[in-house]
Amino acid sequence: MRHIIHAFLAVLLLALPQIAASPARAEGEAAAILTQNRDLVAKASRQTIGPVIDALAASGDPTAAQILTAWEARRLGQRKSDGAFFLLAPTADGYALTAPDGTAAGTAPKADITELKPNAGVRGLIATALVQFTLSDPDPAARAAALTSIARDPAAAHLEPLRASIDGETDPALKAQKQRLERLLALQYGASAAERIAAIESFGADLGLDIRGALNPLVATKRIAYAANPPAGANLARTLTPGTDIPRTEAYDLLVAANLAPARLTPEEQTAALAANLVNGSVGGVALADLNSQPARDRAYTALETAGTVPPAATDPEVEAALQAHTFAEVYAEPDAEVTAAAQAALKRIGLTVGAMQVADLSLDALSLASIYFLAAIGLAITFGVMRVINMAHGEFIMLGAYTGYVVQLFITNYTLSIIVALPLAFAVTFAAGVAMERLVIRHLYKRPLETLLATFGISIALQQIAKNIFGTQARPLTAPAWLDGAWVLNDVVSISYIRIAIFVLALLFLGFFLWLMKRTRLGLEVRAVTQNPAMAASMGINPDRINMLTFGIGSGIAGIAGVAIGLFAKVTSELGSDYIVQSFMTVVVGGVGNIWGTLAGALLIGTLQKGIEWFNPSNTLAAQTYMIIFIIIFIQFRPRGIIALKGRAAGD
Amino acid sequence: MTKGFLAKNPSILIFLAALAAFTLLVTLGSEALGLSFISTSMVKTLGKILCLCLVALAMDLVWGYAGILSLGHMAFFAVGGYMIGMWLMYARTEEIVIAALAQSPLPATPEEIRQGIATQIFGVVGASDFPPIWAFAHSLPLQLILALAVPGLLALVFGWLAFRSRVTGVYLSILTQAMTLALSLYLFQNDSGLRGNNGLSGLQNIPGIGEPSQAAVSLWLFWASALALACGYVLLAWLVSGKLGSVIRAIRDDEQRVRFLGYSVESYKLFLFTLTAILAALAGVLYYPQAGIINPAELAPIASIYLAVWVAIGGRGRLYGAVIGAALVTLLSSWFTGGRVPDIPLGFATLKWVDWWLVLLGFGFVAVTLFAPQGVGGLVDKLQGLRNPDRKGAPLGPDDGSLQEKEAVE
Amino acid sequence: MSALLEVSGVSVTFDGFRAINNLSFSIGAAELRAIIGPNGAGKTTFMDIVTGKTRPDTGTVRFGERPISLLALSEAQIARAGVGRKFQRPTVFEDQSVADNLTMALKAARGPFKVLFWKETAADRARVAALAAEVGLADQLTRKSGELSHGQKQWLEIGMLLAQEPRLLLVDEPAAGMTLAEREHTTALLVEMAKTRAVVVVEHDMEFVRRLNCKVTVLHEGAVLAEGSLDHVTKNPQVIEVYLGR
Repeated sequence: MRHIIHAFLAVLLLALPQIAASPARAEGEAAAILTQNRDLVAKASRQTIGPVIDALAASGDPTAAQILTAWEARRLGQRKSDGAFFLLAPTADGYALTAPDGTAAGTAPKADITELKPNAGVRGLIATALVQFTLSDPDPAARAAALTSIARDPAAAHLEPLRASIDGETDPALKAQKQRLERLLALQYGASAAERIAAIESFGADLGLDIRGALNPLVATKRIAYAANPPAGANLARTLTPGTDIPRTEAYDLLVAANLAPARLTPEEQTAALAANLVNGSVGGVALADLNSQPARDRAYTALETAGTVPPAATDPEVEAALQAHTFAEVYAEPDAEVTAAAQAALKRIGLTVGAMQVADLSLDALSLASIYFLAAIGLAITFGVMRVINMAHGEFIMLGAYTGYVVQLFITNYTLSIIVALPLAFAVTFAAGVAMERLVIRHLYKRPLETLLATFGISIALQQIAKNIFGTQARPLTAPAWLDGAWVLNDVVSISYIRIAIFVLALLFLGFFLWLMKRTRLGLEVRAVTQNPAMAASMGINPDRINMLTFGIGSGIAGIAGVAIGLFAKVTSELGSDYIVQSFMTVVVGGVGNIWGTLAGALLIGTLQKGIEWFNPSNTLAAQTYMIIFIIIFIQFRPRGIIALKGRAAGD
Repeated sequence: MTKGFLAKNPSILIFLAALAAFTLLVTLGSEALGLSFISTSMVKTLGKILCLCLVALAMDLVWGYAGILSLGHMAFFAVGGYMIGMWLMYARTEEIVIAALAQSPLPATPEEIRQGIATQIFGVVGASDFPPIWAFAHSLPLQLILALAVPGLLALVFGWLAFRSRVTGVYLSILTQAMTLALSLYLFQNDSGLRGNNGLSGLQNIPGIGEPSQAAVSLWLFWASALALACGYVLLAWLVSGKLGSVIRAIRDDEQRVRFLGYSVESYKLFLFTLTAILAALAGVLYYPQAGIINPAELAPIASIYLAVWVAIGGRGRLYGAVIGAALVTLLSSWFTGGRVPDIPLGFATLKWVDWWLVLLGFGFVAVTLFAPQGVGGLVDKLQGLRNPDRKGAPLGPDDGSLQEKEAVE
Repeated sequence: MSALLEVSGVSVTFDGFRAINNLSFSIGAAELRAIIGPNGAGKTTFMDIVTGKTRPDTGTVRFGERPISLLALSEAQIARAGVGRKFQRPTVFEDQSVADNLTMALKAARGPFKVLFWKETAADRARVAALAAEVGLADQLTRKSGELSHGQKQWLEIGMLLAQEPRLLLVDEPAAGMTLAEREHTTALLVEMAKTRAVVVVEHDMEFVRRLNCKVTVLHEGAVLAEGSLDHVTKNPQVIEVYLGR
């Protein structure tokens, strides 16, 4: 393998002068380049083929585009007999051949031709080279593709063809895109500093990722060690003091890398050197058994150094002296100081705007997380908040709703329709489950809250295992309809997926529903009466059993609907519910039990908090949850009754 | 004092005798020095069950006697396990590393050994340095102290915060559950310093005692667990039989009234919460060397819920109830999930107990809560002909008494 | 005679409702006092404030010779300072024996560790027996207190209060639900207790108050309406209007 690569490199070296010698002009040039680099082309690899492709692209030969296109499409072939290249067009019994200079060259049977099969890397290079030809392609789609390709992999060579194609552009959208791209290229590859600075300034505080991507290389720096002061021409970002701006070891490594100082002895090298000089059970006068500590090993090595058997290694004072004697600096890769200054300023400008936008994006994220928590908790706000019944199986009702959605999708393949069917069905299923649970279990435990908590745990364990037995442990998909795919993109920073918007709307709907139910309906009135004083309510002709059953059913039913909504963006597993149960209870408790606005406030607080903590440490959502729970525990110290607390004697003790 | 402590509590002697007989039986039957009718893995299972009985005792004290339904005691149990696991893993890896470094031409330096251990242990989470929390992992006594002190301190701080703000009843349960969840999520991270979700493993190899057979090690640990259970039982029985027991049962039944008697309810709760956390940690210290592995899933909130289930099934407010409950449920559980129960063909499908045991347990637990709130221990009362006085519906005792649910009173 | 308890200018508001409105009250070291008032007059809230269950918005509550403010203390600390409280509903620990209930209330160190290592002495046993005899429960010591009759529970609770040896006793409707004979026993107990300590009795039953034969404070809308002998206050036209009705 290595052999082959060496061979390639050799060929490449031979080919280089020829490539360099071919100026951009004249017809037939492309064919010549192809022939000159026959071996390279035949066995093209991404590492070696670059110069050939560039030469083709720069040749100015109109057939170059055709050759490259054919090559990319695997329609370039080599005749086995003489190694000549041809553009291939498949016919019934072989290929119709076209010579690289554009003339027809008859046909050939398949067996006579070796097709060139460039790999993905090579095809990428070809595509880039082809871009400039396609910028003026009559097909707008091809032009758009070319622009995308340039934007992905910009090169200095693109600037001129791009500029040339702007005036002829007819499509206004593409024209704007071309102009933007032209400025992007100009700021990197512009001929003069002034031109580049103008291009940088023209973007103002633009939020595009592309502009940040283009500016960042301009301000990229490299740490360099200098024997004396940095050369006058260098574009210095700052000088570094070892120990404060740069760790000493790193600074010394720079010196070693620049061949300005001898390498330090690594422990491995020391061990190897000592082991190699083991004579009669001792090294440098130190007994082998004593070499089990670092000072002893250092002593032995020093002894060897003195004896001249091992090369001297830098000692600490020497390192210190070397660090003192040299200067270290961060140097911009970009040589022009004015350009880097302009880029810095532009990045700072953009950074401020990006910061503001990130806050907006974070707020949207927090809002959407809050809606999810609110949705998961609203059923609890009814069963726990209003009825004071602890239902630890609430999470499993959410799961039940999600699985209902999944089962519905098994039968109804139209996703929109299936969601429309699943929502009421999930409500019905979990309503029934809630009513059954209330009648069979909870009713008998109304005076024993801790026991309710435990009994519903039992149900939760059983329901989870049943779901696992039926649906298996792997996640089941609950697919959102296509119109909920994608995201609402405000700019490169702020975006929110449609599913999250839908969940937000759903949360609002439920808030409205809850308020309407409790404040405007007979049922709500009776529920409030029963919760405040069951005996009195009963004497007024309200059947508390019926009310409790209905309330619990509605609370559970809402959990079912929440399950469908949550299932749309989370994986549906039997553990879906238990992932939300603690957060749901926290939402209700933090908000203040018995108050829907409290639940809303709790959801907002927890959502914002979690996103806020995640923002500080984006890689670690687990830690964010940990810190959030700790925060809640501390929060409860200060507001034991939640954000919106019932006050006075009514709140009990 | 009219009667001695043991004379007043005959159940202690019965319990100790039963435990001694059981220990003797297992010893004789073990592969290490007996008739080999109990396999080593069974000895480990039984030893683990003894540890679970101990943590159930702690749970019974804090819930059955003091009315605090803590859903965090398995977290203390697991933290204790982690702490001892750190030493086990460190010391074991140290032996391996030293053996490996003995092959190299030079005798190893302490730095090399430490680096080798760190690479071995943390390679799996892509780190090669010891996190600060491993500072004492090299020393068994220090780590043993930590194994009890860390959960104790955790319980002290959490309890102080929770009790100070008078969080009671279901709120406290939810808060303790949240604490457990926070701990487990924290440990799931790779940079928690405890190997993330890989947890600590290889704990069944006890370092520093040569290469004894697992059969012998399992028996030793079984003895240690039995001893710890016996001591724990006597300690708690002594604790609840005195005036302190009186006060904590009074707290369970009417916390406010106890305050007006001049007892600082919060400090009692804090004392109990911390004490039981330390007991739970002790159980964890003995449990995990027998289990061999510990990972953050061990302190998922569900584990603490199972603990409550054991105590409830065994019967709250009586120490032997907790032991019976933990032993019964865990034995049944290992019997059902071990595939030793014949599956039931139902014609259209087969009822596999491995899958359906949890369903049975869940519903069984609901049934116990509904129909036998006294648990299995209630049967003992029936046998002894003890009846609680007919209270005509008023609350009494560990079952009804622990429902002093102040928040629910509007 | 200096006052043992001095409540002055205390107000407390629940959700905009003034339960106690600039209330001032004081009682001497060995005095029996009855507090009467219609429902919602603030009787229970007053006791809640003194025992630390409710924190007032304004005002001071001072207790003892070298007065200490009760507002800074927790319920348990107030109880240890010498304030005992008997609830309207008898609240004894029904799962435990009469002796256990009394032992728990005995004046002794209250810290968890002190209690853990507390050993019952002969003197303690004698004290418990004496207390039980005083409240008429001498032969019930080993029974579970849940099995006692309503009146017996009231006495047990009074016995527990005595065991605490408080300097101020707050008693909420001690006679509620008692038979006539039990009432007489209770009256005698209260009068006896007031010889050595301050006793505040909150009561609805005018007949019972008359039997106590002590100074009466009438509360109305969270403030003191009248104070004096029962005959004196029942002649007060305001009292007649708001309390006695008609």
